[in-house]
Amino acid sequence: MFDRRLAEYFDWVLLGITMTLGAVGLVILYSALSTGGVFPHMCTKQIIWFSGGLSIMVFSFLFSYKMLDRWGVSIYMFSIIALICVLFFGRHVAGSRRWLVIGPMTVQPSEIAKITIVIILAKYYSKRAIISGFTLRDLVVPLILIAMPFMLIVMQPDLGTALVVVLIAASMTVFVKIEKRLFLSMIVACGVTVPLIWMFFLKGYQKQRILTFLNPDRDPLGAGYHIIQSKIAIGSGMFTGKGFLKGTQNALSFLPEQHTDFILSVLAEEWGFVGSVTVLLLYLLLIGWGVKIAYGCRDSFGTIMSVGITSMIFWQVFINVGMVMGLMPVVGVPLPLISYGGSSVVTTLIGIGILMNVSMRSFIVE
Amino acid sequence: MSSYYRTADSDWYKQRLNGVMLWVMAVFVVLVARLFYLQVIEGGEYRRLSENNCIRLQSLDASRGLIFDRTGKLLVENRPSFDLSIILKDAKPVEETIEKLAEYMNVPVRELMSRISGGNSCLSYKPVLLKRDIGRDVLAAIEVHKFDLPGVIVNVKPIRHYIKKQSAAHLLGYLGEINAKELKRGVYKGCKPGDFIGKFGVEKVYERYLRGERGGRQVEVDVTGQMVRVLKTVETRPGHNILLTIDQELQQKTEELLKGLTGAAAAMNPSTGQVLALVSSPSFDQNAFVTGLSHKQWRDLRDNPAKPMSNKVVQGEYPPASTYKIVTAMACLEEGVIDETTTFFCPGHYRLGNRVFRCWKRGGHGDVDIVKALTESCDVFFYRAGEMLGVDRLAWYAVACGLGAPTGIDLDHEGKGLIPTAAWKKKHFGVPWQRGETLPVAIGQGFNLVTPMQMLVLTSAVANGGIIKKPFLLKSIETVEGTVVYKNQSRNTGKLPFSIETMEIVKKSLWKVANEKEGTAYWHVHINDLDISGKTGTAQVVSRKRGDTAYEEDESKRAEHLKPHAWFVAYAPSEKPEIAIAVIVEHGGHGSSSAGPIAREMIKTYLLKETPPAENLMAERHPGYR
Repeated sequence: MFDRRLAEYFDWVLLGITMTLGAVGLVILYSALSTGGVFPHMCTKQIIWFSGGLSIMVFSFLFSYKMLDRWGVSIYMFSIIALICVLFFGRHVAGSRRWLVIGPMTVQPSEIAKITIVIILAKYYSKRAIISGFTLRDLVVPLILIAMPFMLIVMQPDLGTALVVVLIAASMTVFVKIEKRLFLSMIVACGVTVPLIWMFFLKGYQKQRILTFLNPDRDPLGAGYHIIQSKIAIGSGMFTGKGFLKGTQNALSFLPEQHTDFILSVLAEEWGFVGSVTVLLLYLLLIGWGVKIAYGCRDSFGTIMSVGITSMIFWQVFINVGMVMGLMPVVGVPLPLISYGGSSVVTTLIGIGILMNVSMRSFIVE
Repeated sequence: MSSYYRTADSDWYKQRLNGVMLWVMAVFVVLVARLFYLQVIEGGEYRRLSENNCIRLQSLDASRGLIFDRTGKLLVENRPSFDLSIILKDAKPVEETIEKLAEYMNVPVRELMSRISGGNSCLSYKPVLLKRDIGRDVLAAIEVHKFDLPGVIVNVKPIRHYIKKQSAAHLLGYLGEINAKELKRGVYKGCKPGDFIGKFGVEKVYERYLRGERGGRQVEVDVTGQMVRVLKTVETRPGHNILLTIDQELQQKTEELLKGLTGAAAAMNPSTGQVLALVSSPSFDQNAFVTGLSHKQWRDLRDNPAKPMSNKVVQGEYPPASTYKIVTAMACLEEGVIDETTTFFCPGHYRLGNRVFRCWKRGGHGDVDIVKALTESCDVFFYRAGEMLGVDRLAWYAVACGLGAPTGIDLDHEGKGLIPTAAWKKKHFGVPWQRGETLPVAIGQGFNLVTPMQMLVLTSAVANGGIIKKPFLLKSIETVEGTVVYKNQSRNTGKLPFSIETMEIVKKSLWKVANEKEGTAYWHVHINDLDISGKTGTAQVVSRKRGDTAYEEDESKRAEHLKPHAWFVAYAPSEKPEIAIAVIVEHGGHGSSSAGPIAREMIKTYLLKETPPAENLMAERHPGYR
C-alpha cells in the first residue's frame, strides 16, 4: 500500500519552512507572554497544537489528495452542518459564537470552512475550466457554494474569517479565469452599486462604523489607540530591534491581543527591521513554494487546490501584517503559524499538509 | 477559434501562475516598504514615544443634564468634585509618595495603601483612585507640593448636587455607583465601573436622557505623568436638561407642612395630569448618596420605621377609609340601588346578623340621604347601600375608576393597591366571601388598599367631569442649548363610568363637605376667599375589638401607632378646578383636623400666589444656565 517513491519525493523544503516559522512563532510567543521565570502555559499549549497538527499532516500522507476530490461534497456538507451547529450550540464568548465544544476539544468550524471552500471550489472548477473563462451561468453554483459558509460565519459574527473565506474564493475564481466581458462588467457593477448603497441604504451610524473600520484613526479611543500603540511598537524596533525580551510596549500590556492578532508588533519591536523582513521573506518563500507546487502539479484539481491553499496563507499574512502596520482596517485575522491559537495553527498545518501531498504525488504518473 | 474553447491544461495554468507570483511579489514589496518607513525612516520618533510609554487614554465624562421645575427654577445641578488618583508607574518611589500624601490629607497611610494594593501591576500606567471629592484645603496642599508628588493627579469631575437639601428627594431620586448586575444588563450603554447612574426617581426614569455620551482623549505625557499635548479628542455630548411639571413653591410649602409627620401629599392639575407637587415624609439627604453613605447612615435609613426611603405617594398602600365613599356613592347611584331621594335612618350603628357595625357618630345622623351621607360621612348609609350593591359590583366600579392598578406615573416601584372581590378572597384565603365583609369595604375599611397617587387621580377625574388622567412629572426635555427635544403631552387612561347626573350629585356633596357647617371638613378647611371641595377619611389601623387593652376609646389617649391614618382629598376651585390634592398623614388622627389643613394650605399657596412668575422666569433662565 505504501509507495516507496513517496518518501523519496517528500517535500523537505516545505517542511523546513513550516518548522522554521513555527519555531520563530514560539520564540515571539514566549516573549509576548513571559512575565519572567515561569514558562508560559500558553506556549506549552501552542506546542501541543503544533504537534497535533503535524501528526494529522503525516497521517494524511497515506491517502492521495485525489480522495479529497471524491469526498469533496461530503466534506463540504459536514463543514456547513458544523457551522450551523455552532450558531445554536456554540460557546458564547464576548458577544459571538465561534467555538464548538466536543469533549475535551474546542473546535472553530469557521477555520475548517477555509479549507473546505478550497476543496469544493477546486472540485467544481477543475471539471469545467476553459481557457475563455467562466460565464455568469457557470458561476451560479460557485456563488451559492461560497455564500452559504460566508453567511453562516457572518452570523456568528466573525467578520475577519468571513473576509478571508471570500478572498480565498475570489482568488481561486479569478485564477481559473472569469470571461473578460463578465469580469469587466462585474467591476463596473460594483463601482455603481456601492455608492448607491452608501447613499440610500445605509443609516448614519452604519456609515460611521464602516468609516471607522476603514480608518481606525476616526476612533482614537478604540481601534485607533490599538493601532497607534502597535505602530509605536513596530517603529521603535528600528533597524536591529531592542533585543529578545526587551520590548517595552509589550511588557507593559500596551499592546492589545499581543499574543494573537498583534504578535507581529512584538516581533518587530524586539527584532527590528532585520527580523521582520526575515519573517516576511519566510512567508514569501512559503507562498512561492505553494505556487511552485501548483506549477508542478499535472492535474487541474491539484493545481487549483494548491492555489487555493496558498491564497489562504497569503491573504492572512497580508491582512494581518497590513493591519498591525496601520495599512489595513482592524480585522481579527491571525498570522499563520505564529499567532497563538489552536484552530488557526491546525488549519494552516492541514493546508500545508495538502500542499505536501500534492507535491509528493506530482512525480507519480498513474 | 477552436483553441478558444480548449479546456484548461497545465501549460495554461503555468501561464496564469506566473501572473499570481507577480501579484504576490508586488504585495510583499509594499509590506516591506511600509516596514522600512515605520522602522527605519520614522523609527527614531517612535523609539522616543515608546521610551516612556507616553501615550495615555483619558476618559472625559459628559456632564449630566440639569433638572428644573415647571417655572424654570433649578432643582438639580452639577458641582465640581476634585478626585485624587495616582499612577503607580510614575509615582516612584510609591511608598514615600503615599506617606507624603497621607500627611497632607491627614489620613492614615494604611487607608491609602489599601486602595493601591491588590491592583494589577500590569496596569501600573492606569490611574488608581485614592479619594473622591477631596476638600479645598487638601487640594491646595497637594497643588503646592505637586513637585514632590510624582504620579499624583487631581481630576476634576462633575458631581451631582441637589440644591435644596432633602427637598423633593423621592421625586428627583439620587445617583449611585453602577453595580456589576447593571453593567451586565447592557441597558446602560457606554457605562463602565465607577460610573454614577440614576438609581431612583426621575434620575432613574430619565437616565438615558440625562446621561449624555462619554468622550475621551489620547494624550502624550512626560516622564512624571504630566500631559504634554493632546493627540486626539472625542468630544463628549452633554446630557439633556429636564423640566418637570412640579411647582417648586408648592413643593416646598408642602414639605414644610408635612415636616415632622409621616405621610404623603401630592397635587396635580386635574385637567392635564401634570403633577404639581409630590411629597413623601420623612425625607432623606440625596447628596449623601452621591458622596457615599457611611454604613451607619445607610442602616439608619433602612431601619427607620417611618421608611424615609420609600416614596409613599406611589409606594404606600393604605386603606382609603371614607374617601372611598365617593366610589361607593357613585356606584350605588349608577346601579340604581339608591337614588337622590333614598333615605336611610342612622341610629349610630347597623346590625347585620349578630354583628354590630358602628357609625363614627355614636348618636347617629338620623334620616340620611346621599348628599347628607357624603357631607357628614355617615357610615350607616353606606353600610346599607353597599350591602345592597354587593362587593363584586362595587369592585367593578372601583377598577373602572382606576383603582387596583398603577396610575402609570413616570416613577418606579408604583404600587397597585387592592380592590377585593369574592373571587379574590376565595383564591387567597380559601373561604367564600361573607356578606358582612362587604360593609367595611363599602366605607373603605376592609381589605381595600389604595396609594395616595391613585386617590389623587380619582379626585381629579371627579373634578374634571369624569376623565381619568395619566399623572406625569416630565414637562419637556431640552438640549443644553435649549432646543426642545421632547414635549410631554397630557394623556387619558379612561373615563369614569358614571352619568353626568351622578357626578353632579357627588360634586355637590363634596362641595358641602367644606362649605356647610355640617360638613366634616368645614371647620378645618373652609376659607372665605376660596371654593374648595373635598372628602375626609379616617382610616382605622386596628379594628375595634373588644378586650384589646391597647385600644383606647378616647382617641387622644390612644398609643401613637394605633391612631388612625388621616386622609383628605380635595380640588379647587369647585367650578373649573385648577388643582387636585390627596393628603395622608400616618397615625394623624382625624382626616379633617390633621390632613385637611395641609390640603387647604397647599391650595392657598397654589391659587393665591402673586402673579404666576412662570413666563418671566423661563425668559430669565436661558442666558444664565449651563
